[in-house]
Amino acid sequence: MALAKKLGVATKAGEITSRSPRQIAWMRFKRNKVGMVAAWVSIIILMLSLFAPLVCKVLGINPDELNLDLIDSSGIPTLPNGGISLEHPLGLTPGIGRDLLANLLYGSRISFTVAILTTSMTLFIGLIVGIVGGYFRGRIDDYLGRFTDFLLAFPAFFMIVALSDPMVARIQDIGLAQGNSARIVFLIFFLSFFGWPGFSRLVRSQVLSLRERDFVTAAQAMGASRRRIIFKELMPNLWAPVIVVVSLSLPGYLAAEAVFSFLGIGIQAPATTWGILLDNSRRFVTVYPNFFLIVAGSLVLVVLAFNLVGDALRDALDPRSER
Amino acid sequence: MPRFILRRAYFATLTILLVSIVVYGVFSLLPFDPAALTCGQKCTPAIVEANRVKLGFDKPLWEQYWLFLSGIFLGRTYGAGSAEFTCPAPSFGYSFNENTCVTDMLKEALPVTINLAIGAFVIWMVVGVGLGLIAAKFRGRYPDTLSSVFVLLGTSLPTFVTGLFFLIYVTIKWKIVPLSLSGYVSVFDDPVRYFQYFILPWLTLAILYAAFYTRFTRATVLETLGEDYIRTARAKGLSEKTVLLKHTMRAALAPITTSASLDIAGLIGGAIITESIFNLAGLGRMTLQSVYEFDLSVVVATTILAATVVISMNLIVDIAYGYLDPRVRVK
Repeated sequence: MALAKKLGVATKAGEITSRSPRQIAWMRFKRNKVGMVAAWVSIIILMLSLFAPLVCKVLGINPDELNLDLIDSSGIPTLPNGGISLEHPLGLTPGIGRDLLANLLYGSRISFTVAILTTSMTLFIGLIVGIVGGYFRGRIDDYLGRFTDFLLAFPAFFMIVALSDPMVARIQDIGLAQGNSARIVFLIFFLSFFGWPGFSRLVRSQVLSLRERDFVTAAQAMGASRRRIIFKELMPNLWAPVIVVVSLSLPGYLAAEAVFSFLGIGIQAPATTWGILLDNSRRFVTVYPNFFLIVAGSLVLVVLAFNLVGDALRDALDPRSER
Repeated sequence: MPRFILRRAYFATLTILLVSIVVYGVFSLLPFDPAALTCGQKCTPAIVEANRVKLGFDKPLWEQYWLFLSGIFLGRTYGAGSAEFTCPAPSFGYSFNENTCVTDMLKEALPVTINLAIGAFVIWMVVGVGLGLIAAKFRGRYPDTLSSVFVLLGTSLPTFVTGLFFLIYVTIKWKIVPLSLSGYVSVFDDPVRYFQYFILPWLTLAILYAAFYTRFTRATVLETLGEDYIRTARAKGLSEKTVLLKHTMRAALAPITTSASLDIAGLIGGAIITESIFNLAGLGRMTLQSVYEFDLSVVVATTILAATVVISMNLIVDIAYGYLDPRVRVK
């Protein structure tokens, strides 16, 4: 009863309530303390990134302001600990003396944009291909399966590195986007292009088993249209793997964006992303290790938080897992 | 079994051919004049045209591809008359930036990457499968907890963060492993220097996957331990060691092998990051450099080579799988 009230289910006294799988999963998730903490951390970081201009204004920091009076001639902050002070909570970036926290916040926006858009594209393509292959089977499935295997045989990371400069030039050539936007478009497009096959395999295997289930047969017997079966019967049962994949691929693509910027083939300065900050940090690391530790630590914290949420979701959504 | 191997090999060859066509096509259709990229500052239209003919860029695309492909098996001669020069088979093209045959560049870079990849693979498999097995055996007790901390950290540390950390702290600050400036040495010439050169790159590349495989092995082993035949084995009075290492591991190894074959593609990508951090003169760094310099013939060659490695490894794993799990042979 108390439980029903908690879940907001209207019940009369003595009535036995049933819980939907969604409610059960949510209950299990709430019981996982680590997962809850990680979820809050993830939400807070996302919010900070989304409202970066506001946060920076409140804290009185400016990402573009050069604090040249606070760094010495070799570009090292003069104050101890890399210039950490009330005005600059995480210190200054070496070289030009920008506020590090403000740059981390603004930098995360590009990183998150790439990660979120790539994940959505991967999901979109993977869902369509997986459902079409799994539901219609036969020849279509054969061709799609071959193509998926073919893409999986590509050294994706290698291809993205190799194609980066030529492809960015092409994107600029056809006028789709210029400069860093072209690089963002390139990253999103190619990360998703090589990212969907894995996900579509997962969806396909799920659909293959779902389509043989009684409720699908029942829907077919009632004369439901293909569209209805796909959208109303199959899709709702796919959300568990979808959620897990989202929570695990977001941090993956976040790190991927960072690594491409780091290798000098992703987004370029003067824009700021975490990859660019990390690349800068390695030049100053012998004299100013804090910079590296703060930037690397932030990246690891975000990836860790998202991974923990993903694990907690997987545990909560898997009916066979214990607890 | 031989038929199974032949069929797999046939498909693998076909895939490699297809990949090479796609890669060659993609790079040839880019909005560049490859001939214009071949000459430096003092460039005249005449030199560009001469280079175009010399390198065969004046021919239609399919013929260029054919020359490229036949060059791999027969070698290739560029130019004519006194300016003629030959890249002997296997020829992967000619790099104008470096003024050498691409094959010569590959010959120098390949051993580094192969040593890097094999070492990392061994570490990741031994650590991953070993820890996973220990975690499953001591489920819920402190070895299991320790290994889950390792999994958590390992899967959350991007390769380049680990690599930078090793380089900055272990090498530069703490000086545990000396900075190796001498370049690649073979293990047979100087084993100490060889290990100093490779140990950190190996660890960098291996940690992420070792963590994934610890988790994966633990889950698979725990699932297998719940099977009836394991209970039978125990009921027969077999020792716990035999049950774990013989009965459980054999079944658990099959899915691990499959996923290892898919992850080798990731290993080759990781090599780019690792080589560029530790400044190893391998295939990855070479590709990155060629990308910066628009040296497309090198990029085409390394990409096709990387794909070939991935596909061949998949083939080997497929065949190994056939031995591990007899059911896949019948089909």
